[in-house]
Amino acid sequence: MNFEAVIGLEVHAQLATDSKIFCGCPARPPAGRSVAEIPPNANTCPICTGHPGTLPVLNEKVVDYAILAGIATRCSIRGKSVFARKNYFYPDLPKGYQISQYDEPICEKGWLEIQALPTSPDKRIGINRIHMEEDAGKNVHAHGYSLVNLNRAGVPLIEIVSEPELSSAAEAGAYLRSLHAVVTYLGISDGNMQEGNFRCDANVSVRPAGQKEFGTRVEIKNVNSFRFVEKAIDYEIQRQIGVIEGGGKIVQETRTFDSNKNVTISMRSKEEAEDYRYFPDPDLIPVRVTEARVNRLRSELPELPDAVKRRFMTELGLSAEDAAALTSTRDLALFFEEALQALSETGIDRAKGAKALANWLTGEVGRLLNESGVEIRNSRLTVVHLADLVRVTLEGAVSSTGAKQALSEAWSTGESIPAVVARLGLKQVSDLGELEPAVEKVIAAFPGQAAEFRAGKEKLLGFFVGQVMKATGGKANPALLQELVAKKLKQMGDS
Amino acid sequence: MKALDTARFQSIREIHDAFDRGEFLPSELTRAYLQAAQAGTLNAFITFTEENAMRAAVAADQVLKAEKKVPRAILPLFGIPLGLKDNLVTEGVRTTCASRMLENYHPPYSATVVKRLENAGAFSLGKLNMDEFAMGGSNENSAFGAVQHPTHPDRVPGGSSGGSAAAVRAGQCVASLGSDTGGSIRLPASYCGVVGLKPTYGRVSRFGLIAFASSLDQIGPLGRSVEDCAVLMDVMAGHDPLDSTSLMIEKPSCVDACRRAPDWAGLRVGIPEEFFSAQLSPGVETRVREALKWFEAQGAKLVPVTLPNSRHAVAVYYLVAVSEASSNLARFDGVRYGNRSAEAAQASKLKDFYEHARAAFGPEVKRRLILGTFALSSGYQDAYYRKACQVRALVAHDFERAFQEVDLIAGPVAPTTAFRIGEKAGDPLTLYLNDLLTIPANLAGLPAMSVPCGDGEDGLPVGLQLMGPSLSEEMLFSVGAAYERGRRQT
Repeated sequence: MNFEAVIGLEVHAQLATDSKIFCGCPARPPAGRSVAEIPPNANTCPICTGHPGTLPVLNEKVVDYAILAGIATRCSIRGKSVFARKNYFYPDLPKGYQISQYDEPICEKGWLEIQALPTSPDKRIGINRIHMEEDAGKNVHAHGYSLVNLNRAGVPLIEIVSEPELSSAAEAGAYLRSLHAVVTYLGISDGNMQEGNFRCDANVSVRPAGQKEFGTRVEIKNVNSFRFVEKAIDYEIQRQIGVIEGGGKIVQETRTFDSNKNVTISMRSKEEAEDYRYFPDPDLIPVRVTEARVNRLRSELPELPDAVKRRFMTELGLSAEDAAALTSTRDLALFFEEALQALSETGIDRAKGAKALANWLTGEVGRLLNESGVEIRNSRLTVVHLADLVRVTLEGAVSSTGAKQALSEAWSTGESIPAVVARLGLKQVSDLGELEPAVEKVIAAFPGQAAEFRAGKEKLLGFFVGQVMKATGGKANPALLQELVAKKLKQMGDS
Repeated sequence: MKALDTARFQSIREIHDAFDRGEFLPSELTRAYLQAAQAGTLNAFITFTEENAMRAAVAADQVLKAEKKVPRAILPLFGIPLGLKDNLVTEGVRTTCASRMLENYHPPYSATVVKRLENAGAFSLGKLNMDEFAMGGSNENSAFGAVQHPTHPDRVPGGSSGGSAAAVRAGQCVASLGSDTGGSIRLPASYCGVVGLKPTYGRVSRFGLIAFASSLDQIGPLGRSVEDCAVLMDVMAGHDPLDSTSLMIEKPSCVDACRRAPDWAGLRVGIPEEFFSAQLSPGVETRVREALKWFEAQGAKLVPVTLPNSRHAVAVYYLVAVSEASSNLARFDGVRYGNRSAEAAQASKLKDFYEHARAAFGPEVKRRLILGTFALSSGYQDAYYRKACQVRALVAHDFERAFQEVDLIAGPVAPTTAFRIGEKAGDPLTLYLNDLLTIPANLAGLPAMSVPCGDGEDGLPVGLQLMGPSLSEEMLFSVGAAYERGRRQT
């Protein structure tokens, strides 16, 4: 039997506000610092630690950010939305309830366009809702104790719930990348997955191809990288098909992904599911959003990744694949555009420069970023480095091998490209007058091979070029050198 | 010097005049109140803060010696020792809600109302006894023991702000703060023969009030005179940026209102038939009808009104209030707040831990938390919590309609005078029905005052309830103060 998968995703994106959602405590570490560097419970006050008698007051920036997310995903924005209490007991939840939104979320019914592969057609994935909520704290288990860190308690989140319209792990991955790009372009989330800024729960079910009714769904909780989400979904689809084909039934349950073994593991069944007893939070008044506010935010909307990608393809002639890669984060796209601007100012053709820059950024630079796990804006590389790199290679001043070497130096020390080239002597020798004596010396040293060449064994040209390269320390411009060697071999034979 | 008799002072104004005349210093007055409170047998206080109080009183002495006169304009509560219901948080001072759960809770901050009173020159003698988490109407549900009625020790003072009313009546503090969720200020005020006001919902900041039912709770004053309550209201009321439900409305001028005679000729006083058809004790009915006659004699028009949905009020209240409470009290789980029992500390599973930790609640609190959890649970929420919210809107609508025809509504606060300690203890439902006449104002968010209107046939005080439209506190104070003056003259 043929099966098809039905996948819906719930994404929690941490909003990049300065303060928490219901109090004045810092919501995130200072720029350049990580969450782990903040002492436990340093960013807390009586309100976010749920002291008896305290009351929440809504941070309006959170509402603005949620509206921006809604506009960017073509949602309708509710004129009145309501905060509700989600009641459950857990040690990281100081009030015994989480303030969230339930039946009246701020944004509803939008969509996002995705492309699972560079070659696949665009597909619209429905967004069911976006709502605002507070994060819980974090339990830390160590030395036989369970400790609670409430720095994260009250940090603002939006939860973005897709319709169950994704049908493969690849589509789920594309949806997540696209959504991640949207929130980071908007500047409403840092989107840092290692820091837990962008977390995903996946609802997965399978059904015989063509069947209308959904199969029983399984929820996979809190997977923290795009790749793991794809792997978890792939595994889960195969597991469910296996169960059904083996005559079994899928149990509605919550599972977790083990990234070491690449399998999903059962956490709890439906019977153990909580009854959250949602009801409107009487401590907060309904959120009223005027049309004027939505319009103001709409007018402040930055260019979104879809539009940037289309522009890169039409204006600069980049391939869909390159354009998609360069727009995966706003920082990368901005970096690319700034580098291209710097490059154009040196008189290099925009399209040609764009292609070369894209090659560097998606190739060697991308590799360095991936390996180190560093974001480009946190690395030592500047747009000037990239512009210089492209310029010296396009001008033929440095070989591609030399350029890679220069990049690797700049990456680790931040030294400028011209300085690295000079210090390491990476400049190609393109001056014929300088190369001629070396060529002559090499030809003279191998008279036998020279004679064979002249007799028609043209393959030996490579041998001579190699010898000259060796003699010049690899600095000779290879194209020029090849021409010169051939010329000299013939000339010296004539004499 | 002879010890001051604190019971003799009828108002803050009297005390301020005595300060002006140099009869005694704030510290002498405070010491006298502290002695009365600490020698008292009512069990009105859970915690005394004599050091803080004496420090503030001595500082007030210095001001008075320098200024010669009470700086009333900037410090309307200059040198006034108050009592605070023990569900109002006070920085560094134990705040228990009369529960074992919070036996050792020392809040890191003070409630907005507490700060405002302190900024107006007042200070607190201590924290007043109450029903545990404000759940009860007799002050018998306290982990620190029942409070006695100030004049009849075998009777209850009413609740849940029983300590607040008893202490004021007994001269153990000049005035006090209580909280009113379903009558918890007005009922004990009525039973103890003092004045109490439940303000319009949103008029007074709830920041720092340990919540029972957030959509109903309101902090209010209890005092020996209408004007004393007005002084406290003028200081406490007004928007608080820390409470999203506090109204962006200008502060009222309740003291001015007290001194202004009502426009008797134009005043229409609504008499809700439902409030009199309830089984009123003869003494209560007689005193309240006398009060209404007095209004008529001043020129007011008595107009019969109906509040048909008020018969659902108790049912609605005991669904809405307990639902909210089940969530509000979830934080007392032994992890961050609440007592962690020895059993809880040894539990190896989280569920066992919670089970043991939550055992520290008293029986009435447990009863309400279980009711509330049930009323909100999936499959029952529509039939209970949501239905109750709908009927609540109908109750409020009854008042809106009535207030198109009348300026205020008058009636009894409670069907009877104070009952005997233990008399209704085994019967929670009868106790719930005791709130029949006070709950409607909470459901509709309206201001309501209890003013003494004489004693019943049993010699126990009876309270007259005055209810007004939203934000009509000034009118209530004007009418209440005029009535109080009139009654004292006769």
